[in-house]
Amino acid sequence: MGRHFREELEQLNSDILRMDALVEESVAKAIAALRDRDPKAAQEVIDNDARVDELELVIDERCLDLIARYQPMASDLRFITTGMRLNGELERIADIAVDIAERVIFMAGEPLLKPLVDIPRLTAVAQKMVKMAIDAFIARDSEIAKQVLFLDPEADTLRDAIHKELVEEYMVKDPATTPRAVQLLLIARFLERVCDHATYIAEDVIYMVKAEVVKHHPERL
Amino acid sequence: MDKKIRMKARNVDFFYGTTQILHGIDLDIFENNVTAIIGPSGCGKSTFIRLLNRMHELVPSARLKGEITLDGKSITSSDVDPVEIRRKVGMVFQKPNPFPKTIFENVAYGLEVNGVKDRQFIEDRVVGSLKKAALWNEVEKRLHDSAISLSGGQQQRLCIARCLAIEPEVILFDEPCASLDPISTHKVEELILELKKDYTIVIVTHNMQQAARVSDHTGFFYMGKLVEFGRTEDMFTRPREKRTEDYITGRFG
Repeated sequence: MGRHFREELEQLNSDILRMDALVEESVAKAIAALRDRDPKAAQEVIDNDARVDELELVIDERCLDLIARYQPMASDLRFITTGMRLNGELERIADIAVDIAERVIFMAGEPLLKPLVDIPRLTAVAQKMVKMAIDAFIARDSEIAKQVLFLDPEADTLRDAIHKELVEEYMVKDPATTPRAVQLLLIARFLERVCDHATYIAEDVIYMVKAEVVKHHPERL
Repeated sequence: MDKKIRMKARNVDFFYGTTQILHGIDLDIFENNVTAIIGPSGCGKSTFIRLLNRMHELVPSARLKGEITLDGKSITSSDVDPVEIRRKVGMVFQKPNPFPKTIFENVAYGLEVNGVKDRQFIEDRVVGSLKKAALWNEVEKRLHDSAISLSGGQQQRLCIARCLAIEPEVILFDEPCASLDPISTHKVEELILELKKDYTIVIVTHNMQQAARVSDHTGFFYMGKLVEFGRTEDMFTRPREKRTEDYITGRFG
């Protein structure tokens, strides 16, 4: 197909990268708000989510419009359908940033249960996975995407360690800590979900680049 | 690819005079499947399907090497009667080409030239063919009107009915929708999907979306060679060859 179609694909590509920039910014802000115990910064994350939602609709419509007008095939079709999926995954990550921000606001009036050790480690893994997944998309590189999938067990291990510590060291020993421990449990769960969405993006990128479906088939990696 | 193979091309080279048009084509056509042949103009796709019912022999300088079989028997050797092959392997062309006769006579024509005299038999076969070609409801009250009075889409379905009347086993469609509007195209595509239950179908088309919609297998021809052949769903989402990818995404051709 012609120049106009290529230009529209380029436009879609830049919209997805713009979406990614907004989402990575939300995640970074939510994590900083958690670290600094800053409810004001957390509120900004919540307020900014409307921009992400709006862009999600724009990208979805652009993808549908491209399919309807050009009936793309092969790599073009895979790029557009992957774009739609990425768009959805990124929007879900932004929603999780909002979830974390809400917990930060909820916890603002209370002293921290304990110094955060594993949660910053999990945030680092989550941010790295999202960044790498998007790097794989930008570079159309299935090898980088594969590395994202190999990082996911690390996130699961950290989440399990956080759960174990909070339940065994705090909630069981001193049930009065439960309300505060639950907030941290939720945050660990949210961060682990960010990692899951990064793996979905990586799986979609592998499909886009190599036309291989690895979703639900880890043995194909 | 578990279906029975009806037609097979093996190492087929084809020449007009000294010009080689096709190079070493190996291709299987599966029973009750639609096989689409795609490729840019001049790639040899129409030439190829003409070999499948020996239409190429109408050109004096034509020369074929290699073998084409129907149900395991050669159709290309000189002791096989081309008329018999064309009865088994029918063809529908790009432009509807009804004879300047009535609708009824058009469909009955093939039977009559084959020496069928039984009027009742002919009538039953004409009605049956028009029904199979999804045209009956539109023409049942005007069977003795001129075929030329039909719309382009109806004329094309009439040509399909004419082809069906002699009960072929394989039907070749050479760009059957090239001169039709979208509604008529839709009707012909629906018809092809219906017909594949009873017939084996090969369709040459420039319309890739059409190939994607109606076919089970697709072959991509380029410069007289079969570049890629495979299941349609794979060809249009994950072609193996870069040239196929470039063609179906419009990067050349």
